[in-house]
Amino acid sequence: MITYDWLYWLAGTFFAFWSLLSLRDKRIGNAAFWGLLAVSFYFGSHLSDLANGVLVLALVAIAGTRLLTRSNPETTSLEERKAFSESLGNKLFAPALIVPVTAVAGTVLYNYTPLIETELFEARRETLILFGIGVIIALAAAMAWLRPPALAPIEEGRKLIDSIGWAAILPQMLAALGAVFALAGVGEIIGGAVGSAIPEGSVFLTVVVFALGMALFTMIMGNAFAAFPVMAAAIGIPLLVETYGGDPAVIGAVGMLAGFCGTLLTPMAANFNIVPAALLELKDQNAVIRQQVGTAVPLWVCNVVIIYVGAFLLWS
Amino acid sequence: MNYWPLLGIALVIIGFALKFNPLLVVVGAAIATGLLAGLDLVAVIEALGKAFNDNRYISVTWIILPVIGLLERYGLQQRARSLIETVRGATMGKLLMIYLGFRQITAALGMKDIGGHPQAVRPLVAPMAEAAAEKSHGELTEESREKVLAMSAATDNVGLFFGEDIFFAIASILLIQGVFESNGYPLAPLELSVWAIPTAICAFIIHSWRIRSLDRRLGRARS
Repeated sequence: MITYDWLYWLAGTFFAFWSLLSLRDKRIGNAAFWGLLAVSFYFGSHLSDLANGVLVLALVAIAGTRLLTRSNPETTSLEERKAFSESLGNKLFAPALIVPVTAVAGTVLYNYTPLIETELFEARRETLILFGIGVIIALAAAMAWLRPPALAPIEEGRKLIDSIGWAAILPQMLAALGAVFALAGVGEIIGGAVGSAIPEGSVFLTVVVFALGMALFTMIMGNAFAAFPVMAAAIGIPLLVETYGGDPAVIGAVGMLAGFCGTLLTPMAANFNIVPAALLELKDQNAVIRQQVGTAVPLWVCNVVIIYVGAFLLWS
Repeated sequence: MNYWPLLGIALVIIGFALKFNPLLVVVGAAIATGLLAGLDLVAVIEALGKAFNDNRYISVTWIILPVIGLLERYGLQQRARSLIETVRGATMGKLLMIYLGFRQITAALGMKDIGGHPQAVRPLVAPMAEAAAEKSHGELTEESREKVLAMSAATDNVGLFFGEDIFFAIASILLIQGVFESNGYPLAPLELSVWAIPTAICAFIIHSWRIRSLDRRLGRARS
């Protein structure tokens, strides 16, 4: 059975290559940073929690002392790229489509045909594993077709990962922060505080506090999944459903979407907001968030209205 | 109740506001929160290490970068630009609106892995949006160019977030179902996912309007 461990070996190999080539490029900080990630992917399951924790602190120390730099491996010039784009034509899109098609069509095919009985993939892990397989197929196809120098894909990948830099592991680090917050009981404390701040007797104001709590707590955690159980237990279920008799389906579904509006507004949702700014090489780290404010705020208001109308006015 | 652990949240906000390195802020906040909740330092470092290790799958997706980089070496971004230049009447507004609708519909059908920032926005959507904007408004200032690129990324996010919950078998729907069920309210995933539709429609209207108004402002900035 193919499990996540196979993917971790694949990713570890990519990061190990990036580390070695950084070393050759005399970028010691980059070599250490990507090297530690390679260690994490290869051996993380066999290390103690404390050793993994020390590895995390070392990664943070490298990033915090600005030892990660952008790199400029040899590549084609803009003119050469224009010429290639003319001569190769729209076929260039094909290898880029291999990855999503393999992941999506593969998942559908695997789950809705007898293939699932083969138990080829670890349960519920098939999409990411198929994504990895898609990457391998796309790389092999592009190499066979374009015949670049052997190290070209790794060097081009290194340029991109170096431009993303520390932001590449921020989402994973935020997941770790969420775990510590959970251990410290931050959710319960916030739920208790919000629950005691509710104006009594007003359904509409309670809906507003519920939706606001979802958005704000999501902004703090970077993720609506962490906010939802807390806000549902503090306000959604005891007050909106039980005291005021609202429709639980609307309160649950649209409450979550009010949280998603918060995701659009926070640097803590790094993979959606900070990573693309790095990938697009924008000067302002918060440029993507700035473009989202004008959508997120009115959409949050819509969600409040939808909960109030759908769960209360239409329901009773 | 001990409110001291909330100081960790304050640290996160202050750290981001003062533009310290975010990794430093996050780990600093985690350690402070753990200590203030009465855990000892080793236990906090262990919790961090365990959670970091358990969440490695999040960072696996970077293995796509060599594919994207290799294709960019052979002119993928330039190809995306010239494709849009040949489409008559293509504007940035129309292009991003179509992408928004496409992303919402495919996500609603469970295909949320079509699209995304490294795979689609950087090599395809952003260069196309930039080329379309230049086609209607001439060469862009650096500030306008950044806005167009950032709006392309924002459009991918809005399309994904407010499409995916219409698909009933997605993690967030299952989480809502689980939370309500453990409190004695069994709900079917489909009952929940139909209620994602009104917000999805609002999201399309609001964000389309914002894309159009950015396109109009780019025009005014020129003339």
